[in-house]
Amino acid sequence: MTPKTLSPLLCTIPLLPLAGAAINGFFGRKASKKAISAVALMFCGAAFAMALFIAANFSSASAPYSFNLAHWIRSGIFSVDFDFYLDQLSLVMLLVVTGVGFLIHIYSVGYMWEDDGYYRFMSYMNLFMFFMLALVLAKNYLVLFIGWEGVGLASYLLIGYWFTKDSAAAAGKKAFIVNRIGDFGFLIALFLMIKYFGSLDFTHIFTAVRTLPTESGGAGLLTAIGLLLMVGAAGKSAQIPLYVWLPDAMEGPTPVSALIHAATMVTAGVYMVARSSAIFERAPMALTVVAIVGTLTALFAATIGIAQTDIKKVLAYSTISQLGYMFMACGVGAFSAGIFHLMTHAFFKGLLFLAAGSVIHGIGGEQDMRKMGGLRVYMPWTFLTMGIATLAIAGIPPFAGFWSKDEILWRAFGASWVYWLIGVVTAFITSFYMFRLMYMTFGGEYRRAAVQELHGHDDRDKTHAARTGVSAPHGHGEPHESPWVMLAPLVALAVLSVFGGFVGYGNRFEHFLAPVFHGASEVAQETSREAGNSTLEYLLMGVSISVAGLGWLLAHLLYSRRPQLPVRIAASLGGLYRAVANKYYVDELYSVLFVKPVVDGSTEILWHDVDQGAIDATVNNSAAAARHVSDNVRYMQSGNLRSYAGWVAAGAAVVIAYMVWMGVR
Amino acid sequence: MIPLSYYLLLSGILFACGVLGFLIKRNIITIFMSIELMLNGVNLAFVAFAAHWHALAGQVFVFFVMVVAAAEAAVGLAIIIAVYRTRDTLNVDRVNLLKL
Amino acid sequence: MAGAINLLVQSHPINSALSLIVVMAALAAEYLLLGAEFVAAVQVIVYAGAIMVLFVITIMLLNAGKEERTKGSRAAILLGVPGVAIGGVLVAWTLLNRPNAEAVPIGALQGDPHAIARLLFHDFLLPFEVTSVLILIAIMGAVVLASRPEGAARGARKDEG
Repeated sequence: MTPKTLSPLLCTIPLLPLAGAAINGFFGRKASKKAISAVALMFCGAAFAMALFIAANFSSASAPYSFNLAHWIRSGIFSVDFDFYLDQLSLVMLLVVTGVGFLIHIYSVGYMWEDDGYYRFMSYMNLFMFFMLALVLAKNYLVLFIGWEGVGLASYLLIGYWFTKDSAAAAGKKAFIVNRIGDFGFLIALFLMIKYFGSLDFTHIFTAVRTLPTESGGAGLLTAIGLLLMVGAAGKSAQIPLYVWLPDAMEGPTPVSALIHAATMVTAGVYMVARSSAIFERAPMALTVVAIVGTLTALFAATIGIAQTDIKKVLAYSTISQLGYMFMACGVGAFSAGIFHLMTHAFFKGLLFLAAGSVIHGIGGEQDMRKMGGLRVYMPWTFLTMGIATLAIAGIPPFAGFWSKDEILWRAFGASWVYWLIGVVTAFITSFYMFRLMYMTFGGEYRRAAVQELHGHDDRDKTHAARTGVSAPHGHGEPHESPWVMLAPLVALAVLSVFGGFVGYGNRFEHFLAPVFHGASEVAQETSREAGNSTLEYLLMGVSISVAGLGWLLAHLLYSRRPQLPVRIAASLGGLYRAVANKYYVDELYSVLFVKPVVDGSTEILWHDVDQGAIDATVNNSAAAARHVSDNVRYMQSGNLRSYAGWVAAGAAVVIAYMVWMGVR
Repeated sequence: MIPLSYYLLLSGILFACGVLGFLIKRNIITIFMSIELMLNGVNLAFVAFAAHWHALAGQVFVFFVMVVAAAEAAVGLAIIIAVYRTRDTLNVDRVNLLKL
Repeated sequence: MAGAINLLVQSHPINSALSLIVVMAALAAEYLLLGAEFVAAVQVIVYAGAIMVLFVITIMLLNAGKEERTKGSRAAILLGVPGVAIGGVLVAWTLLNRPNAEAVPIGALQGDPHAIARLLFHDFLLPFEVTSVLILIAIMGAVVLASRPEGAARGARKDEG
């Protein structure tokens, strides 16, 4: 398959889901649910099939492929076109996005079937796929930015999908606004690039960057660009300090959480950083910042995850934490390790969210883990697949997560043992809270009594109805397994979680991506050489495995053997526990520091003083003044002959005076 | 030997009287007469200048002014009669239908 | 001047008309002083003889009485009188401050009809013809404006007859 024939196919991949979104969006209101599902799945599946086809015909020798769809901006020497690009990195992302996306689309058919706005949901999901694929296949930063903004939009639409619910609408707004803050940094980076490189094209910029020296001393152009890009990535990928939108985003339906906030959108930041590896390599300070932010976020989010009781919130903080790992990897120069973890994370985190959705669906809308328990009896398939995902995320071999996480820890150790240590502690905490989730949800006895008494309340039924669109609660009191349309993707992802890690066996993955990061791999190789021989590697591997096992053990102790212990521990820790459970009050802090001053300032100053006082007043007063003037001038038109004569005489006097004056001068 | 300026002064006074009459008087006919007075004052000025500059054109112009004054008087009085028929008053303050 | 002032002062229009006739007669005398005999003659015949007669006829026809007091116009008094005063004062001041031109001798000018006629029918022929058309239009207009409406005319004749 020559590049000539392969390249045009590139632009069809994003356009297929766009067509699906348009069809469902415009015509879906009156269509039958079957038709809507068929359209959505067909276009998404077609994109996936196309991706597989391209992957099969992909050859590293003729990479990268690029395709120019249309001209866009031509302004002097600056030009940006709708260009599409495929190299190894985009291929990996492409397969992940289309594959996992397609599976989640299938799942959503089952999950959202009873919802009234079904066509809207499927349309938005396809729209998201379009933007994400545009992001991944972009050849320049501007098309990437279109995709970037577009997935933010899709995220807003989907988080606030049940828009009649205040909390959902607010969460959508929050996500979009926090994203925008990150985008601000991204945009400034783009402006810097335009100014200094005259282009936004990847090839052009990276070639130019590679001629520049490394900015070892600290601040410089590339450092600035790198830091600003990181700001954008922090917003999109929920790192400190812009992560606050992700837990709130759990207001959206679970497939949304799976697709957007686990597998794909939040990984856009990692992808962007990896794509800009050429810039970051030459800006060590920026790279260090990336690593530090990633590491701290990983630890920070993991600690919050311990104390959460909502099953989706646990997974949300887990996502933030795992993204921190990916940024840590990029920060020490191991870009391919970061992408590897991105891929495995998509598998097991997507699976975790989908399984959680299956649980929620099966017990009638309940999300609080304290009200669950013993569900392994009622939902064996969900239990099995979720268990596999938990093993993967905890980093237990031979599941996928082990390979990628271990790779990251190994590289991190090469950079600094501090990164490694924090990474290991975070791995312990991760394992702990994931198994805690498993035990609370599936272990022990079903805490039926707690569920039953809630079902007597009206608002519980209404919430359930709002979530699943049915008016009469179904299956209460008796949790049930989900339909096969929801289980099949779970199984598929479980298989990937088991075997997906073997892609990286023996550094194959890294070699595959090497042409993209050829500079970075040198940096990483140096660090690995510094780290020493393979004995050390196996030693560290053993440490991480044992740490994962310890987490499991602790969870087992606290939640299976002695379930009354956690409550006592929480009580004894008192304030600390409350702080953690309330996410360290970060949201409240932001509200006081940023939100309230802006809102108040906006209301008082901009609204009252400027808008009403100055602008409105100007317009109103000028109208009033005109009216006053005309009120007074009106008296001139009295119809009274003599007053007219008076005016004439006065005017004549003025003219005479003027003429005399002129004559005298 | 009467200086020119005296003639012009008289002309100005006549004209001013005419304007004052126009402003002060309430009877339409009297107002019209004030207009005639104004025209007369102007005529005097014309003739005076004609004599001063030895230009007969001034006197010819006086002739024309008189013609116009006659025409205007005729039409104006016809209008006054018509207004009197409809409004039944000769008071100019009452004829104020033109006001806004 | 006396006549002019009297015009202002009198309250009955007929008195004002009579004083205006006095003004015109006086002006005719002035014209004679200036040597404009033809103009003086025309003034007496046309102005005093025809126009003022017209005025007097109208006053008597409409039975105009003494002027009544109505609400005057403030603007007229406030603006007009000062305006006139200022204008008049300015003109007077200008005139009186000029170095006086040489006086005009009595009868120095040839104001005889012969010379005026020559001017009128040679140089000023066009304005002459135009004014005659103007008079024609004025006559028509006056007739139309002053005529009674059809039905009322017959009714009035019936009443009188």
